[in-house]
Amino acid sequence: MSGPILFLLALGLGLAGWIAGRARAWAFRKSVPDGRLASLPNYHAWYVALWIAVPVALFAVVWSATAPSLILQSVLSTPEASQLPAFGFQRDNILREAQAVASGAAPAVFNEAAKPLIEPFREAMARYNLMGFAAALVIAFLAGAFAYLRLKPDFAARTRVERAVMFALLLASLVAILTTLGIVASLVFETVRFFGMVNPIDFLFGTQWNPDPMSGADNPDASRYGAIPLFWGTIFIGAIIAMIVAIPLGLMSAIYLTQYADPRLRKWLKPALEILAGVPTVVYGYFAALTVAPMIRDLAQSVGIEGASSESALAAGIVMGVMIIPFVSSMADDSIAAVPSAMRDGSLAMGATRSETIKRVLIPAALPGIVAGIMLAISRAIGETMIVVMAASTAANLSANPFDSMTTVTVQIVAMLTGEASTEHHTTLSAFALGFVLFLVTLALNFIALRVVRRFREAYE
Amino acid sequence: MTRVHDNLEPAEAKMAANHVSVFYGDKAAIDDVSIEIPNEYVTAFIGPSGCGKSTFLRSLNRMNDTIPSARVEGEITLDGEDIYKSGMDVVQLRARVGMVFQKPNPFPKSIYENIAYGPKIHGLASGKAELDEIVEQSLRRAGLWEEVKDRLEDSGTALSGGQQQRLCIARAIAVDPEVILMDEPCSALDPIATAKIEELIDEISGRYAIVIVTHSMQQAARVSQRTAFFHLGKIVEYGRTSDIFTTPLEQRTQDYITGRYG
Repeated sequence: MSGPILFLLALGLGLAGWIAGRARAWAFRKSVPDGRLASLPNYHAWYVALWIAVPVALFAVVWSATAPSLILQSVLSTPEASQLPAFGFQRDNILREAQAVASGAAPAVFNEAAKPLIEPFREAMARYNLMGFAAALVIAFLAGAFAYLRLKPDFAARTRVERAVMFALLLASLVAILTTLGIVASLVFETVRFFGMVNPIDFLFGTQWNPDPMSGADNPDASRYGAIPLFWGTIFIGAIIAMIVAIPLGLMSAIYLTQYADPRLRKWLKPALEILAGVPTVVYGYFAALTVAPMIRDLAQSVGIEGASSESALAAGIVMGVMIIPFVSSMADDSIAAVPSAMRDGSLAMGATRSETIKRVLIPAALPGIVAGIMLAISRAIGETMIVVMAASTAANLSANPFDSMTTVTVQIVAMLTGEASTEHHTTLSAFALGFVLFLVTLALNFIALRVVRRFREAYE
Repeated sequence: MTRVHDNLEPAEAKMAANHVSVFYGDKAAIDDVSIEIPNEYVTAFIGPSGCGKSTFLRSLNRMNDTIPSARVEGEITLDGEDIYKSGMDVVQLRARVGMVFQKPNPFPKSIYENIAYGPKIHGLASGKAELDEIVEQSLRRAGLWEEVKDRLEDSGTALSGGQQQRLCIARAIAVDPEVILMDEPCSALDPIATAKIEELIDEISGRYAIVIVTHSMQQAARVSQRTAFFHLGKIVEYGRTSDIFTTPLEQRTQDYITGRYG
């Protein structure tokens, strides 16, 4: 409750510090002979403002984390609290209700036992709010005075503010990294729990995927958790069928756009191609499930292929390949365009045709960039969820027939997590193990792609 | 109008330009130029930057076709045949009129593959042995064989700048052209590498018609027999190199070669 108010206080006091610092710096200008300060008045102002706002904001964070438990402590030490039942669950409920009424979040108590506690809660809250304000003001005053008194005509406020900016940027970049670490940590934690129930060897090399959410939570049947069919389905749909579609089409469109297209046409075609990357994957999912899949099934039946499924791997793979085209083509486009035009001119001047030049000079020179684009596209494809959830089936099938129904890792993660078993059950935990292995695979692919790109960058310097 | 020295000894014209203008969009970079390129001679194009000499050179093997806004008017002939006529095979033309660029531009392939590239795409060799022969001969003519014969599989881009440029000349020679166009081939090289290229031009000059664009008057004087002075998209003066440098007919030529401008 008092946290947001303390933050506002930090901003307000910071503003006051800003004005005071600026005024003092302006005053310096008159006292210095040529009116020149080491830093502009604005930097002095920011210096004071930061010195006030940052400590108060930090205090607000700490205070809003500790104040509730302090309030609770003081309420529990009042004589009224001695009436509370000893049983934890009941006791917590009563306390929570009293607090809600005291803070104005609820109109009245439901449980009569909570009534006598309302008043102590009110008192404690008022007391601690006051303490928080007082402490914030003291901190703001001390820090502000410290900063204010350091201001001098030759004080390098500019470099200090610059350093603060750097820290702010550092903090911003740390957020993304820490989030990634948090994700990995949570995955690892749950994965370790799963591997405590199911042997990793069975998981990684078993060929039967058939988890039973109704089975006992304690003794999972490890032979039902063979992930090979899932990874095969993922690779078959994402890395084989999708790439058979995406690599030739993406490459050829990149070649056409960079080498043949009239600039006016290119101006239209390139954004149009990039729109493909902006289509929500759910929409691709409809397209795959409602249009492509039945079409492929009918086509297969008309040429006499028995048992073609309406949820075939081919349908999901083809649509996924179309989705990936812009990734492949824009990376290929960039890396072909990055080949110096002197290479192209050199080849053309030898009497090579355009397509000979492309095939023998441009593509080999641009190959690292193209390969990196393909790697990124593959890692995107095998991590893709929505298309396969809608178009592929949930039946784990270890088959090389593209007309068979197949499932992927991501589909199973969705199925296991949205299933009816509790979060402690091994079917749910298996989703984390699948996610962890998938994460490792895409991480490896991205890593390789980045390495390849880096080598490519050095090529023409 | 172009002043042509009248003491030119008769020479067979390999290429000829008649009233050629080159436009980039609406802007004329070359304005009504006529000149004959004699066979087995080295012809130098000199002139200040932006005078159109590189543009004109690139129109001799239709490399300007790669620039969408460029347009050529007038007639340019190779052995009497108009190279801009419809139905002209640009690929064949460029095999007959080779080109060496300002900056060495070896392909990011092995030295061997750089030379073998042209013969392969034109089907000049019927087998590996013959191809080896062409590669060796081209490198020998370019004076590079002794330096690279033990590392033909190394990348062409790993050579020094001067070696790269000689590799590019060897690459041009390998398809056995009739004319070789050189667009400031030494501007990116140090004096020693430049001297080697000039020596090389001298050695191969009797075999081909060579046209060289250069900013260096000394280089034009050293390597060429004929010189054309370009200024503002026109050829101001054309004649024997020795005459252009000793007894120019035009004041502008005189001013340029004595370094008064350019």
